[in-house]
Amino acid sequence: MSIVGLRSSPRTAVAPLRVGPVSWRVPLRAASVSVVGAALLFVLFVLDLALGDVEIPFGTTLSTLFGGGDGGSQFIINQLRLPQTTVALLVGASLGLSGALCQTFARNPLASPDILGVTQGAGAGAVALIVLSGGSGYGGGLVSGTLQTLGLPLAAFAGGLGTALLLYALSWRRGIDGQRLVLVGIGIGAALMAVTDWLLVRARIQDAASAQVWLNGSLSSRGWDHAKPVMLTLAVLVPLSVLLVRHLNALQLGDDSARVLGVRLQTTQLLVLVTAVGLAAVSVSAVGPLGFVALVVPQVALRLTGGSRPPLLASMVLGGVLVVGADLVTRVVLPFVVPAGVVTAALGAPYLIWLLVRVNRKVP
Amino acid sequence: MSTLLDTALAAPSRLGAVGVTVGYGGDPVVSDLTFDVPDGKVTTIIGPNGCGKSTLLRTMARLLKPSSGHVRLDGEPIGAMATKAVSQRMALLPQSPLSPEGLLVRDLVGRGRHPHQRWFAQWSPADEQAVGSAMRMTDTLHLADRAIEQLSGGQRQRAWIAMTLAQDTDLVLLDEPTTYLDLAHQVEVLDLVTRLNRERGRTIALVLHDLHLAARYRDVIVVMKDGAIVAQGDPAAIFTPELLLDVFGLRADVLADPRTGLPIVVPLSADRD
Repeated sequence: MSIVGLRSSPRTAVAPLRVGPVSWRVPLRAASVSVVGAALLFVLFVLDLALGDVEIPFGTTLSTLFGGGDGGSQFIINQLRLPQTTVALLVGASLGLSGALCQTFARNPLASPDILGVTQGAGAGAVALIVLSGGSGYGGGLVSGTLQTLGLPLAAFAGGLGTALLLYALSWRRGIDGQRLVLVGIGIGAALMAVTDWLLVRARIQDAASAQVWLNGSLSSRGWDHAKPVMLTLAVLVPLSVLLVRHLNALQLGDDSARVLGVRLQTTQLLVLVTAVGLAAVSVSAVGPLGFVALVVPQVALRLTGGSRPPLLASMVLGGVLVVGADLVTRVVLPFVVPAGVVTAALGAPYLIWLLVRVNRKVP
Repeated sequence: MSTLLDTALAAPSRLGAVGVTVGYGGDPVVSDLTFDVPDGKVTTIIGPNGCGKSTLLRTMARLLKPSSGHVRLDGEPIGAMATKAVSQRMALLPQSPLSPEGLLVRDLVGRGRHPHQRWFAQWSPADEQAVGSAMRMTDTLHLADRAIEQLSGGQRQRAWIAMTLAQDTDLVLLDEPTTYLDLAHQVEVLDLVTRLNRERGRTIALVLHDLHLAARYRDVIVVMKDGAIVAQGDPAAIFTPELLLDVFGLRADVLADPRTGLPIVVPLSADRD
């Protein structure tokens, strides 16, 4: 049947994949974007490990990664650089997926955890923990140990989820409207920024400094402690997203259509929301709020793949590309030290302005 | 009239409302209404704006929960059934569904297969066949690779109906499927509905705005006013000047079409008689 087979134009071709009871449609363009993106990600990943104060040849980096290399390169790559690059990769993937879920859920390209206030909520939760527990220990240092692996992610998740539920309750009027969700989200986000500022003002100076470094969204000196919670969250929420994809497709057609098609609306919306919040919150807890990644990446992925909603896999891959790239830029390219969040924001802010202009133009 | 009503009630019916009262929080829009959709027929619900016809249809499709009474589907109260089970037996095309930008027609139609799919089985040969058949029926095959926002109003509505058909249910509900279409496309959509019923044996219930079209197409007409059914039966018996004045506040003559015998509603303007 030509309508669904390979004979349609390359822009829209779909290959049916069938093995026994398993059957899927693979949109070829989205698949190739993901494959090319993954190759680019791999190159950036290895470059990020190879380059720095000490430059290690590409080949040596590769062999060191797989257990070879001498003691020196092993120390530099596996001990010093690999954790940080891994955190960048995982955080990028989480933010890309989180943004794609948010934008599909809200049916609005502006909806992303940073615009909806979820990031700010997670940030406020984490700052509250740092400040109120006096957990920084020493002036300007980063939170570490159990507090980092367990406390911060949980505080960020609680803050993010609380914000999301408040947002859902305030903007639900017989269904979710994207515009209203975004407007209410911006309001909540602003209020939470004020809460964070208030916490910083009344904190001990060393706690405030520690929180401030983290609030800029920084990848520097990230270790396995920071990677583990993100890895665990992805291990749970990526499979959940795979289960949710087809419901997302139905949700796009409106609440009524989705229910007629057999989607349990409230349950599905809640699962999507919790998944998106979980991914955003754990990213925030690992590296602080990395601005604009979750907003920009899914839209770029959508423009590359075509289709009607941000693709989940391509968003994860390109999220990784952007954040690992930002790490590379801050560590290697720029002559001065800049938090990675500043780089992603510098790329993302002009894009946001462009998107606002475009969305406004479309509304008659 | 009462004999016609009795005949309609006696007909076999998989879907019906039993003493349903439903509203949107305030006063009920529909009160204590009992109504059966006769199997294998096209049932058209008409009535003035705000009479509760869409509310009734949405309640039957389980989109609204009645405050009292229930809707039954195959003898079971629909409220107690699983969402997926309902979606495998009944489809509804809402009044204004969302058309996401960039969605291709064949993907839209494919989404009608949702009730029959699982996460690991999203494009079985049965899915492919149902989608192809729905697109042939609605004459949308040649639009398969177009994005939905590039279609004309009539084409778009045919694509949505194809999506509803791909769901492959015997019961199909359509909420004002002709709204916003010009007359030629309205006729096209209603011809399609008739063919679905005649050729595929689907039971169809639809809400229509336009009296003329309702009179010319349907097997069973249901007239609603103020949340209640005031008449039900064959178009020729339903459309009388008295009913039109009473329900729609419309002064009109009703003529018989010389070719088909179906009623033609001719509105009378105040300054001409």
